[in-house]
Amino acid sequence: MKKDIILCGVGGQGILSIATIIGEAATEAGINLKQAEVHGMSQRGGDVQSNLRLSTDPIWSDQIPTGEADVIISMEPMEALRYITYLRPDGMIITSSKTFVNIPNYPDEAALKSELNELPNVQLDIEAIAAELKSAKSANMVLLGMAAPYIEVLTVEQLRKAVSVIFARKGDAVVEANLRAFDRGVEASKK
Amino acid sequence: MEKKLLLGDEAVALGAIHAGLSGVYAYPGTPSTEITEFIQTNKEAIERGVRSRWCTNEKTAMEAALGMSYCGKRALVCMKHVGMNVCADAFVNSAITGVNGGVVVLAADDPSMHSSQNEQDSRFYGKFAMIPIFEPSNQQEAYDMMSRAFELSERLKEPVLLRVVTRLAHSRAAVEIGKAADQNKLNPATDNAHWVLLPGNARRNYLDLIDKQNDMMKASCESSTNDIITINNSDKGKWIGIVACGIGYNYVREALNGIKDNEDNYMIMKLTQYPMPVEGIKQMAEVCSEILVVEDGQPVVEEEVKKLVDTSYKVEGRLTGRLPRTGELNPDNVSLGLGKENNPLFRPAKNLAGRPPQLCQGCGHRDVYTALGEVVKEYENARVFGDIGCYTLGALPPFKALASCVDMGASITMAKGAADAGLWPAIAVIGDSTFTHSGMTGLLDAVNDNSNVTIIISDNLTTGMTGGQDSAGLNKYEAICLGLGVDPDHVRVVVPLPKNMPEITKILREEINYKGVSVIIPRRECIQVAARHARERAKQNNK
Ligand SMILES: Cc1ncc(C[n+]2csc(CCOP(=O)(O)OP(=O)(O)O)c2C)c(N)n1
Ligand code: SF4
Repeated sequence: MKKDIILCGVGGQGILSIATIIGEAATEAGINLKQAEVHGMSQRGGDVQSNLRLSTDPIWSDQIPTGEADVIISMEPMEALRYITYLRPDGMIITSSKTFVNIPNYPDEAALKSELNELPNVQLDIEAIAAELKSAKSANMVLLGMAAPYIEVLTVEQLRKAVSVIFARKGDAVVEANLRAFDRGVEASKK
Repeated sequence: MEKKLLLGDEAVALGAIHAGLSGVYAYPGTPSTEITEFIQTNKEAIERGVRSRWCTNEKTAMEAALGMSYCGKRALVCMKHVGMNVCADAFVNSAITGVNGGVVVLAADDPSMHSSQNEQDSRFYGKFAMIPIFEPSNQQEAYDMMSRAFELSERLKEPVLLRVVTRLAHSRAAVEIGKAADQNKLNPATDNAHWVLLPGNARRNYLDLIDKQNDMMKASCESSTNDIITINNSDKGKWIGIVACGIGYNYVREALNGIKDNEDNYMIMKLTQYPMPVEGIKQMAEVCSEILVVEDGQPVVEEEVKKLVDTSYKVEGRLTGRLPRTGELNPDNVSLGLGKENNPLFRPAKNLAGRPPQLCQGCGHRDVYTALGEVVKEYENARVFGDIGCYTLGALPPFKALASCVDMGASITMAKGAADAGLWPAIAVIGDSTFTHSGMTGLLDAVNDNSNVTIIISDNLTTGMTGGQDSAGLNKYEAICLGLGVDPDHVRVVVPLPKNMPEITKILREEINYKGVSVIIPRRECIQVAARHARERAKQNNK
């Protein structure tokens, strides 16, 4: 069994910590993993993405072929659209619904949303939820929670545990806040 | 055995530490930076006293590594591909002196130019210097190859080049970790004739190097990672040869797995150590009706393979268009090269816009460009020659400030050349780290010629572009400029903040109007690094 995941967003939105957590869960579960990250230039408010490949078989390429991604997990709706050629016909987009506009030629929001809605997708205003939980920094964990049931090669519990492992060195309060955010995400994707 | 999830860069770093490394010498550059950063913070490396501070540039790094090797110890030099240009003199000549302790030079190439000015292939440098090259195909090989590379370097008494590309450097996978070997003892070389490259000695050494070529070829042929793999699909099918270099091998395997009902048979040479095993290629040509060369970067191997076979024999690759002439390999273009097009269901989105990187909000470079923009428009022919760093983003909207950006240090020397040609005002913008890397010598030229240039050293107290590494000239910039002979009245320091705009623009006008070399140093810490420092201080206080 394999899961090919594209993580994407805008530099600074925290997609690499999502990748780290999935990586931790996969290593703990003894599942093969390759994760290609983007470092450098594109991190200053530019688009960022990471290819995450999980499999019980050996993995060759670090990059996902087009039409092979099972899941696109995105911190920003337009960024999700950037990678749709990678999505499998039976794939799923899991994205924050809130646009991040830091360019003058950002597309019309209504048109963007209607294009997104023609594709298989789950959307949620993760920032609003994180704000409600009074932990704005955990928006990415809400997103990971939403995506968790779709990752399948790893259970929601395994991912949840990895959240506590990765945040452990930042103290109990941070772990708690991120687990709450994660749980809210899981709940939301059940609806 | 212990397994660790490591970036390709981290695998190289840990492999080197475990190979008994005594020192890493490096200048930051994407995608190589994480190697040295790993060694700087790795507990084992710290306990073993591995030398790891950043160097001023790639040439100082290469030479210091050679000095450590002279004393019998193992040294690693790391850089991005264009750094090879900067250290080329030392690098090529280190093959003539040879080495004592093992030397591995790591060059991280950046096909597709994710964060670079070109996609030059460092394997050309290895061939040019006539030394062995290693090119791992995955993280595990990167880790394992470090000790093999050091051993080969010490056995042949030559430096070894290790080439990685962005996709390996910045991709994570689990790596099995071995035990750490001891460092070499201090054992300085005594054979001066080998190390003093007077023509008489150099001629002898060069013949030595030529003699060693056979040993290098033998090492490649016997290499544990230069495999021949055959995939026999059907007796009816033809045989196709594939030379798959480094990570190209992964794309080939990925693509072949995806081709259904395939009757063709494949003989694949996985090439991870050079010189290329010539005999293996010749045998492949006898069995197969064509050879496809799959290499990330420039067509180095493709050209070599062509030379080995008849002109009528079909050798395919980047030169023939079977693979794209430029840009990195990926599973799609390699699959297409092997005859299968990946056809995604979903077409590219319509509501999409590029999102280029930008200077951070609140970055001091922004204030520099705002001031410069205001002043420059008062002068009809003003040109601002740029350089490499975060401040290069000043070339993009809204600033659109830069006339050029070529290589590290070129802002000052190009402004000088333009001033020599009669252009006025000729302005250079350079970062603090870039200035010490390669700007100082150009400034000396300008001073000696009393060129009419205005040089802005935009000092954010760090190497921002690559993630905030220590900058070699920290707190020394005024002293350096004065020492190189700039008139003290024309070395001006300002604080780039919006509230200081009137003062900054006034000073800019004064220095542009001064006939001679002037240096303006806008100084304010990079806000990302300032935030990191604040976090570190908070942590300290909590302890
Ligand atoms: C020869 C060479 N080495 C390394 C690099 C990678 N690199 C690009 S810019 C830069 C440093 C920039 O630092 P600085 O000049 O202080 O500017 P800042 O990014 O802090 O604004 C480095 C290391 C390069 N492009 N060329
Ligand atoms: S990282 Fe630092 S130097 Fe670079 S744009 Fe951001 S604030 Fe400016």
